[in-house]
Amino acid sequence: MEKPLTQHIRQDQRPLTLKEYEKTGGYEAVRKVLKGISPQGVQDIVKESNLKGRGGAGFPTGMKWSFVPLNAPKPKYLIANADEMEPGTFKDRILLECTPHQLIEGMIVSAYAIQANISYVYLRWAYKTAAVAITQAIQEAYEAGYLGKNILGSGFDLDMHLHTGVGRYMCGEETALLNSLEGKRATPRAKPPFPQISGLFGRPTIVNNVETLCNIPHIIVKGASWFKDLSLTNDPGTKLYGVSGKVKKPGAWELPMGVTMRELIEEHAGGMQDGLKFRGALPGGASTDFLVEEHLDIKMDYPSVAAAGSRLGTGTLVVLDDKTCPVGFVKNLEHFFAQESCGFCTPCREGLPWVEKILGSIDEGKGRLEDLDLLHEHTYNLGPGKTFCAFAPGAMEPLQSALKYFKKDFEQHIHEQRCPYHNGRA
Amino acid sequence: MATLYIDNQPYEVKPGKNLLETCLTLGFDLPYFCWHPALGSVGACRQCAIKVFKDENDTKGRIIMSCMEPVTDKQRISLQDTEAVDFRSNVVELLMTNHPHDCAVCDEGGACHLQDMTVMTGHSSRRFTYKKRTHTNQYLGPFINHEMNRCIQCYRCVRFYKDYAGGRDLDAFASRSNVYFGREKDGILENEFSGNLSEVCPTGVFTDKTLKQHYTRKWDLTTAPSICQHCSLGCNIIAGERYGELRMVSNRYHGDVNGYFICDRGRFGYEFVNAPDRIRKPKLNGTTVEKEQVLSEIQNLLANAKVIGIGSPRASLQSNFALKALVGENHFYHGVSDNEHDLAELAIKILKEGPVRTPSLKEVERADAVFILGEDLTNTAPMLALAVRQAARQQPMKEVAEAHIPTWHDAAARELIQDKNGPVFIATVDVTKLDDVATRTYRSTPDDIARLGFAVANLLDSSSPSVNKLSEEEKVFAQQIAGALSKSERPVIISGASCESESVMKAASNIAWALHKKNAKAGIVLTMSECNSLGLAMMGGHRLHAAFDAVMHGYADTVIVMENDLYRHGTISSVNTFLQKCKNVIVLDHLDHATTQKASMVIPAGTFAESDGIVVSNEGRAQRFFQVYESTDVIQESWRWLLMMGVFVGNERMSRWKNFEDITKAISQEEPMLKGVDAITPPPDFRVAGQRIPRAPHRYSGRTAMNANVNVSEPKPPVDADSSLSYTMEGLRGLPPSSMIPFFWSPGWNSVQSVNKYQEEVGEALRGGNPGIRLLEPSPGNTVSYFTAVPEIFLALEDHIWVVPLHHIFGSEELSSRAAAVSERVVKPYVLINQDDALKLNLSEGQLLAFDIEQQSYQLPVKLSTVMKRNVVGLPYGLLGLPYSDLPAWGIIKK
Repeated sequence: MEKPLTQHIRQDQRPLTLKEYEKTGGYEAVRKVLKGISPQGVQDIVKESNLKGRGGAGFPTGMKWSFVPLNAPKPKYLIANADEMEPGTFKDRILLECTPHQLIEGMIVSAYAIQANISYVYLRWAYKTAAVAITQAIQEAYEAGYLGKNILGSGFDLDMHLHTGVGRYMCGEETALLNSLEGKRATPRAKPPFPQISGLFGRPTIVNNVETLCNIPHIIVKGASWFKDLSLTNDPGTKLYGVSGKVKKPGAWELPMGVTMRELIEEHAGGMQDGLKFRGALPGGASTDFLVEEHLDIKMDYPSVAAAGSRLGTGTLVVLDDKTCPVGFVKNLEHFFAQESCGFCTPCREGLPWVEKILGSIDEGKGRLEDLDLLHEHTYNLGPGKTFCAFAPGAMEPLQSALKYFKKDFEQHIHEQRCPYHNGRA
Repeated sequence: MATLYIDNQPYEVKPGKNLLETCLTLGFDLPYFCWHPALGSVGACRQCAIKVFKDENDTKGRIIMSCMEPVTDKQRISLQDTEAVDFRSNVVELLMTNHPHDCAVCDEGGACHLQDMTVMTGHSSRRFTYKKRTHTNQYLGPFINHEMNRCIQCYRCVRFYKDYAGGRDLDAFASRSNVYFGREKDGILENEFSGNLSEVCPTGVFTDKTLKQHYTRKWDLTTAPSICQHCSLGCNIIAGERYGELRMVSNRYHGDVNGYFICDRGRFGYEFVNAPDRIRKPKLNGTTVEKEQVLSEIQNLLANAKVIGIGSPRASLQSNFALKALVGENHFYHGVSDNEHDLAELAIKILKEGPVRTPSLKEVERADAVFILGEDLTNTAPMLALAVRQAARQQPMKEVAEAHIPTWHDAAARELIQDKNGPVFIATVDVTKLDDVATRTYRSTPDDIARLGFAVANLLDSSSPSVNKLSEEEKVFAQQIAGALSKSERPVIISGASCESESVMKAASNIAWALHKKNAKAGIVLTMSECNSLGLAMMGGHRLHAAFDAVMHGYADTVIVMENDLYRHGTISSVNTFLQKCKNVIVLDHLDHATTQKASMVIPAGTFAESDGIVVSNEGRAQRFFQVYESTDVIQESWRWLLMMGVFVGNERMSRWKNFEDITKAISQEEPMLKGVDAITPPPDFRVAGQRIPRAPHRYSGRTAMNANVNVSEPKPPVDADSSLSYTMEGLRGLPPSSMIPFFWSPGWNSVQSVNKYQEEVGEALRGGNPGIRLLEPSPGNTVSYFTAVPEIFLALEDHIWVVPLHHIFGSEELSSRAAAVSERVVKPYVLINQDDALKLNLSEGQLLAFDIEQQSYQLPVKLSTVMKRNVVGLPYGLLGLPYSDLPAWGIIKK
């Protein structure tokens, strides 16, 4: 089983130095494209590979790039979205901390493909270890001539900067990230115009997820069909999956795209902790719909998870067990979302605190039956197309699916005017 | 045109505009908060949701925000769709989760956009049962009250204040449901347009603090269309009264002049009308007398004396004309300094005899290159500064069009152009508040500014005079300006009277004329000192010093001074000498001042609020203001007093003028430059279906009760002989003629947002046309005849300083300085000096500099400038208590 992204990660998780990275074949992709592949050629290879963005939305990377006008006046920008703040998601962290050069190489190739000369790594504030690793790696890359003017004598220039946020989930949304990077409030921007046309400082910009960018060098070196063959399904490549919750061995693993949820939990995460049963899971981070027992055997790729009524998202499962109150579980999530709302549009800003308060009230045993109608209404009014960006619709995904799959738990809270999970009773 | 189907009905509409403004233009009631016609769309509030359908077979459709989508041909939308209706109602319900239910004690209650939109969406009962979030409020200065709990986070305040008006001290803080709009800490809002927050805010977060001092429900005000009296731009305002007191001034939309906004001087300067030192009774040698006594005394005086009249640039055409008629053309003098008199005449000559048209403020907003000579616009003509701020975005906005982003898509447009500005060049004596949008600035004396201007004109057209001894830097700068101006499509040159230099104005006109040879769209704007400076100058009349001379040489012994404090236009010694020499000094005015103190007879004149009149703005636009209320005292318009005097002295011509209409007709007939001013508004006998236009809205309350503690009989309302407005709430319910809109209201639209219903198209001209007439259009045959007197380069003199005037929005204008709230913002007298000069004189900030200008001595604390030219100092213009000197002038430093 090939693990192109993680195979060279050291046991002690110390980041690979430039020399170590080069020994594993590192920067081969940079040499290859700068020597003999045109920017359009790079885009064509990536398009052919059908790589989909690993940040959560799963938009085809090659197509995203193609919207950047290649002959647009400079400057253009490439940004690595390393603001990994989705609850339950810690997959980019491994790549950032352990193989920073892999990211930098991916960024150089990607920047070349869209002819951007300035690049940023927008890093989550709390990833202190990664910040050290990336700073070191950028410096090494400059010293080795992979960054700066006239890279490897090709005439292509690229500068790279590390920018650390101040800890806002919203900054993971690509346009809010741009505002934040410009020093403005981290509120999202209207699309259209898309960042490919008017992005950072009003110039054409691509924002790609860390895992997405790390795939690029391998696709360039080994080709699109190799990439497709990595997968168990039609959705190409490997995927960094993760599992958290009350499983025996929570963690993150690079696996072929399309493993099942059951394999992930039982084989890789060691199964549920003793005495606990699986109740459900958020398949792709906090802002995805619950999947339940009946879905354990679906393949974890973009179309299959979507067909099951959820989203692959970041590919990191958050598992709910039978001793944890689903109402409290969702309340905790909605608390997070209410806290992290940027406050720009009405439904998100005002609706999420209301949802949180209703869930809190139900959890405390003060719920009323009409609260369930109100929650249902919110899942509509904060849903897709109603809000300014995808934040609130994402926040509604675990709620709407919990109302569907764990309806009885909600009702029991209200009827008994208490949380049945307290005092260990289920 | 495009066909738009709204709930299956076809409408012919303009493509490209957004769906919200299109629906509003068509007359639909579609609720919104964050969108504003002048600020564009950002999509924050989600209130204007509608359904859009793919085609006629699509029955499901999808929710979109109508402010964020352009109209396309054959598009199908629904406003009535249940999902859309429910969603709009839900948005209000969400906003109400945190909005306090304090309408009963909120200043906006009953005139609140949030209330209106709530009712419009149908949301009425509350399901949110938890605690509301609360905020602390801030002290924001004397103009604006802050009540953050009411905020619905529409972001309009910061979008207006920061993005539109260039303010820096109001912002959105924090996030989630805790977003806070305010300053970094308590303090006075610095921006000169802060008052607009009270109209931009859809609810009661930012409210008019001066109204709060004497609060009245807005619908309980008797209001009249009026014209701002506090600078020369002629912004349209609505002024409101209750209990004989002027209580509020708000914007009156004018599509060509002020649009949706006015400046803080215009909004808060009105309180001089209620000042304690108003003149309310006639006085004879210091003793209060009755009206009849005054008139008979006048009769004696005028029969036996040699009388001259001194008019005023802050009095109406009618009042100045009546004075001229009373004393005779040869005895009528302008009550302004000779310099100002000459500048006004020069401006008329440039605008009337030159080939270049003066644009309206709206047209200035659309200029794509601007060169300002000598004017600190934020302080001399604030709304023009706001227009230039918009003009600065015009060139970058071309990029927006090229990227196929609609110009109304404000967020996207601003992201694309970032803080780029088009060519704006500013040449002034000191820093200005527009410098942040300036491509480049130049700081020197008025003469040097003129030289730079002449040099630019010469580069544009070598047949205009050339300038010698320019520095290399000045040459490069002149080339840069000339290059940018000639490359632009709609360049505008701005100058004016405030630096009191004919050379500067002439240089500006040379540039405009030179541009005109290549580009017929070039424009020139000349600001004037006061609200009717241009109107007064158009009427003819002599210089002030000629009046002084007439008395000195015995040709006259009695003077009637109308609405004028001569000490603001002449030096203390010259005015003293003049007034002492006059046997009788008769002053008509509304506020006590140095001249009324020396008068033998003082006659109480009405302020703009108690008067009908016409003033001519710097655009040459003659506009009428209407009496808001009849004063209960003997206060009446100066022109009415003068007409009475005319009758008493048997002036046959004046005896024929019975009312405003008669005198205005006479002006139109007798004053060639003012021809047509009788047609600005419909005549007093104008009626719609036999009805007058009510000054009070039909919601006006308490009429039978308000004076019941004095007399239970409701007094008969006065009858307005001068206009077709009534003083009651009865009368026309529909739209009045655009020149006489006393208030904006429409069913379901109780806030100022109802202005939508008064426009032909939302954000465009008023229905029936934008009011006022332009008197100064250049004739097609006008040719360029360049001014040739290029001033000499500035040379310093030992122990001398060249003193130039510096203007202040709060303080330099007479009437507003005496308004309570504005007076809190007036600067203390000072003198501005270059820091190196200060070092040489061994002066540090705040220490006193003593100097003489002619016979006038000054001793003032210094403020230091880093940009002011060496050996030049700035003296604040017009501050109360700061003696007048004719500036610019040499001062001699006293050691």
